[in-house]
Amino acid sequence: MLILGIESSCDETGLALYDTKQGLLSHALHSQIEMHAEYGGVVPELASRDHIRRALPLTRHVLNQAGKTLQDIDGIAYTQGPGLSGALLVGTSIAEALAFSLNLPTIGVHHLEGHLLAPLLEANPPAFPFVALLVSGGHTQLMRVSAIGDYELLGDTLDDAAGEAFDKTAKLLGLSYPGGPAISRLASQGTAGACQLPRPMLNNGDLNFSFSGLKTAVLTLVNQYGNQLDEQAKADIAYEFQEAVTEVLTKKCMAALRNTGLDQLIVSGGVGANARLRERLDAATKRRHCHVHYPRLEFCTDNGAMIAFAGAMRMQHAHISDHGFTVRPRWDLAELQTP
Amino acid sequence: MNILALDTSTEYLSLALLLDGRLIQREMLAGQSHSQRILPLLRELLDEAGVELSDLDGIAFGAGPGSFTGLRIGCGVAQGLALGADLPVVGVSTLLALAEDAQGADKVIACLDARMGEVYHAAYIKQGAGWKEVVAPGLYKPEDVPAVEGSGWTGAGSGWQSYAEALQQCYVGQAGNLLPEAYPRAAAIAALALPGFLAGEGRIADEAAPVYIRNKVALKTSERLAKANAA
Repeated sequence: MLILGIESSCDETGLALYDTKQGLLSHALHSQIEMHAEYGGVVPELASRDHIRRALPLTRHVLNQAGKTLQDIDGIAYTQGPGLSGALLVGTSIAEALAFSLNLPTIGVHHLEGHLLAPLLEANPPAFPFVALLVSGGHTQLMRVSAIGDYELLGDTLDDAAGEAFDKTAKLLGLSYPGGPAISRLASQGTAGACQLPRPMLNNGDLNFSFSGLKTAVLTLVNQYGNQLDEQAKADIAYEFQEAVTEVLTKKCMAALRNTGLDQLIVSGGVGANARLRERLDAATKRRHCHVHYPRLEFCTDNGAMIAFAGAMRMQHAHISDHGFTVRPRWDLAELQTP
Repeated sequence: MNILALDTSTEYLSLALLLDGRLIQREMLAGQSHSQRILPLLRELLDEAGVELSDLDGIAFGAGPGSFTGLRIGCGVAQGLALGADLPVVGVSTLLALAEDAQGADKVIACLDARMGEVYHAAYIKQGAGWKEVVAPGLYKPEDVPAVEGSGWTGAGSGWQSYAEALQQCYVGQAGNLLPEAYPRAAAIAALALPGFLAGEGRIADEAAPVYIRNKVALKTSERLAKANAA
């Protein structure tokens, strides 16, 4: 079965073709990061305006890349939510109309299920059950994943997401958007122990997170440095900030493995691309004889491949509808059920 | 020549098939439910006409101006249908569609409520079988709309409802006939698109694009800072 996947929930237009026998055949992405950078963050209306320019050329591109035609497609999967409603509507409108004209079934995919299953696109994928850390600009969740659609929330952020903390800290340090890669680059110039930041909720006994206090602590540090906030001081703060976030994430992941008795961890979402986080998780899981799986770097952030894949996992149970469509800008992952 | 036309730029959902001169249409007040309704309604329309997308020669859509989200639903659906059925597309101005549908008037000031205290505005004069654009589509405060020459104008569109007084003051003695409840209709869009399709001017689906008119939707960081400094 050949599935076309369309992702347009935020600031990247992603298209992909996934074949249930041959795996991922092709994928293509257009990122709007540069366009939004001038505005200091994602402007939803501009995101929507860009998606509608990119979706069809990218669709043709993935078909050409895979040597397939529209007539080879067996089903269309698109991100139905959560995300920016206007942006979601672009991918959804195109997907449903294309399916209408080709008489194909469609599946509205939960964006986070896409992220959650992205590591399964790699060689030697983990078998169910496993613990998943979903860590991005919008989410910081630990989950027990027993099967497709069987997700038990183990821990969540009580305020900011980890990626949001990266973005806000980057802003405080005068770095460019998006903050994750910028902090990471600067941190490599930092000195260990030059300054101190808290490890929020590190030992509170549950699997929840809180990152808003960390951002406030960074602001306090920045104010303390005052005029002395030179490049080195910024690098030292970036270093300490990254240490704080990755230490908390790592400790909670290990606690989740311990609590569930599972020995496999998957890490997904944009912050999952952070090299320091991967270094720490690699070492910690190795010590405990556990295994950690990541998607390839380009599939940590939003992409069409994970949507095509998640859609393919559910497509056997899809049916040809009347193609009336809606988007779900807010959609709890816990509402999903096994197909 | 067989054309499908659609418009989702306002709270109405309007679909039409123009099949060798025969017009079949389906319309409804959709509010915010265009996405749920458009493809099921299209299915009804095709079934009633006894045709399939493969029997068509092109797809026309109301390109704008109008509700941003509405425009993208219409454009996205036009793109998806045209890609799948390998059909050319033509985008038609929603303001021109108001003129075409203005009860046979030959001088029309088309005005759509653009929210935020502004209107989308254009003026057209009938010329032969088509229209001459005498004031190009633009975004204005109702009291600042461009002047037109002479009298005998018809005012059409929701702008004439929301800002009746301000607009009438701008066109005192010029615009007698008012159609404030008029909205861009697919039948008019099909008629306006037909010459383009006949002339082979249909574009590939990828090029179907909304015409927003209101293009300044956010301030860049540099502009925000400049504004803050000026204040």
